[in-house]
Order: sequence, then structure tokens, then C-alpha cells
Amino acid sequence: MSAPLSADLAQIGKSVVIKGELSGSEDLYVDGQVEGSISLKSHSLTVGPNGQVKASVEAKGVVVQGKLEGNVQASDRVELRKTAVVTGDITTQRISIEEGAYLKGKVDISGKAEKAAGK
Amino acid sequence: MASVTHNFMKLFRGSSSGSQAEAQQVPQKLTRRSSGLGELARLWESETPLCVLDLGSTSPTNITFFTGRAHKIYSEDLLVASTEPHLVTKDEQGNAALDSRKFLADNLLYPAAHFDVVLCWNLADYLDESLVRPVMGRLWSVLKPGGMLLAFFHTKDAGPDSPCYRFHIVGKDTLEMQKIVMRREARRGPTGAVHTAIIDGFRLQRVFNNRHIETLFRDFASIKFFLARDNVREVLVVR
Repeated sequence: MSAPLSADLAQIGKSVVIKGELSGSEDLYVDGQVEGSISLKSHSLTVGPNGQVKASVEAKGVVVQGKLEGNVQASDRVELRKTAVVTGDITTQRISIEEGAYLKGKVDISGKAEKAAGK
Repeated sequence: MASVTHNFMKLFRGSSSGSQAEAQQVPQKLTRRSSGLGELARLWESETPLCVLDLGSTSPTNITFFTGRAHKIYSEDLLVASTEPHLVTKDEQGNAALDSRKFLADNLLYPAAHFDVVLCWNLADYLDESLVRPVMGRLWSVLKPGGMLLAFFHTKDAGPDSPCYRFHIVGKDTLEMQKIVMRREARRGPTGAVHTAIIDGFRLQRVFNNRHIETLFRDFASIKFFLARDNVREVLVVR
């Protein structure tokens, strides 16, 4: 599967290895290896089928097709595709998980919890 | 209802005949009623947010079920975790066994008294012998006092080929069961080396009788059995 091409999409190819803090103000597609932290605030992260991310992630939306190890905080939504292998806690407003995805961790739908507490 | 029970019984009995043909089929989902789940439903229909630990295969249905009710759900597939190659060791007699210390160093890492409910499903029937007691001990410690654990056990020897299922909660007391099918999976081990794990479902390790089950959960405050007509005993224990 190839990454969607867009002027506002940064891509990390499958032979690229990055260690450290990664932040940006555009969508990011990771098909390589990233270790550290990823902060995209109002943009989305996609971990491609070859992607191996070992990082805490903060983004608007997160789509995982590959491997992600670390806590995920998404202000909008998280999608785990059928090939996803995720180890870490997920906090988001909405989540969709395809049959076959593997998750080891917590799912906390922040909006719902706050709404229930406010009742 | 009768046909549902019949189908369920047929699959839980296990059979060596026709197993190859069955394995090639797309895993169908069967529904069954669960009295234990019905008891637990009172908890999650309340407005108090709960912490739930699901120890079966990752189930989008269960995650949606609990998050839709504003509960927190933790998912951890202990059967898959028990296939990690680095866990294999030898016991005092030189037989292959799994290292429970290593297993518990990598899994079930939660604060004490963290969960209101643990969904154990059929884990104890399929988990390696060396891990069963240590895992139950850890589950006792991560459950809150008064917290509940639901487990299923075969009532008679169904044979090692008795299929292992995933359980999806589809109603107050209704489960959908899906056979775990064969797949190959490339995994990166702790050293960074890539291993190929073959997950061909899981083999039934043993059949617990009532006494074994009571012993297994002896540290818990109470235990309740639900006998079904389908070769499965549901057990609800309270810490």
C-alpha cells in the first residue's frame, strides 16, 4: 500500500529511522521506524503497514496499519486497521478498530467519560 | 434457541473428523446466552464508570460496548502473549515449560485493586499449566475488593482439539463466539530479532472439575457457578 500523496503530508519512508522528538504542523505518514515522541496537535499521524513507532503520540487523528508502541492521545479519532499491532493506552473521542487488529492497553473515550461525569 | 444450543454444543465438544475442512472455512460466529454475563450486566448498566479488563483476543465489539457506556476497557490477549518464544524454559524434570516470572514481568502490569471487572473467558482452559496459578494470583491483586471475574470452563474432556473461541458481547446476556483461526505472524522479540509465531488456535490444556476451580479461586471471597446445557460451566468470582 502506498501513502496518499499530498502537499500537506510529510512522509517517512520505510528505510528511514528516526530517534528523538518529532513535531509538526502537517499530517505525517510513517512507514519507517520512529522512536521517541510525536506531537502533531491539530494534524494526523498515519503509521503505514511497514511502520514501527515506539513513541508517545499526540495528534488530532491517528491511523495505525503497522506497529505502534506507546500511549496515544488523539483529540479527534483513532483508527486501528486490521494489520495494526498497538501496545499502549489510547485516549480519544472516537475509535474504530478493524477485526484482526491487536491491542494491548486501555481505551478511554475522553468525551464520553467527561459527559457521564457531568450528568 | 434450541438450534443455537445445538450448534454451540457441537463446536465445544471438539472433533478430529472434518477438522481440516472446518479450518478452511471462514470462522462463523455463534451466539449463546451467558448467565454470568447477565449478572455482570447490572454493573455496567449503572452510571458509575467502571474499569474493565478483557483478557480475550482484541474485540472491537467489546471495546465499542464498554466505551459506549463510558467505561474504561483494557484489552490484553494473554493466550497470544504466552506464545512468546523467550518464555520457554525447562522445569526441574527437564520438561519444557513457560517461565511465569518472565510472563508476569511483561504482562498484567497494573496497579493493585485497579479493576471492577475482569473478563477471563476460557483463558484457564487453554493457558499453559505453568502460568495458570501465577496469572490467577495476579488477577486477584489487580481486582478491586468486591470486583468480579468471569471465567468459562469445559465441563467434560472435550479433547485437545476442542476449538478456542473469541467472545464478543452483543447484548445484556448474549455473547457471540468466533473460532480462533490459524494465522502466521511476524513478531519482533525482545532482542530485536523477528520471529514467526504460528497461532493455530490454542489447544485445550486440561479440564477443571468443581474442586479444581474452587482451589484455583481459593483467595477470592465468593464463587458462583452457572451450569449451562452446553458443556460449559460459567464461574463468577468476587474478590
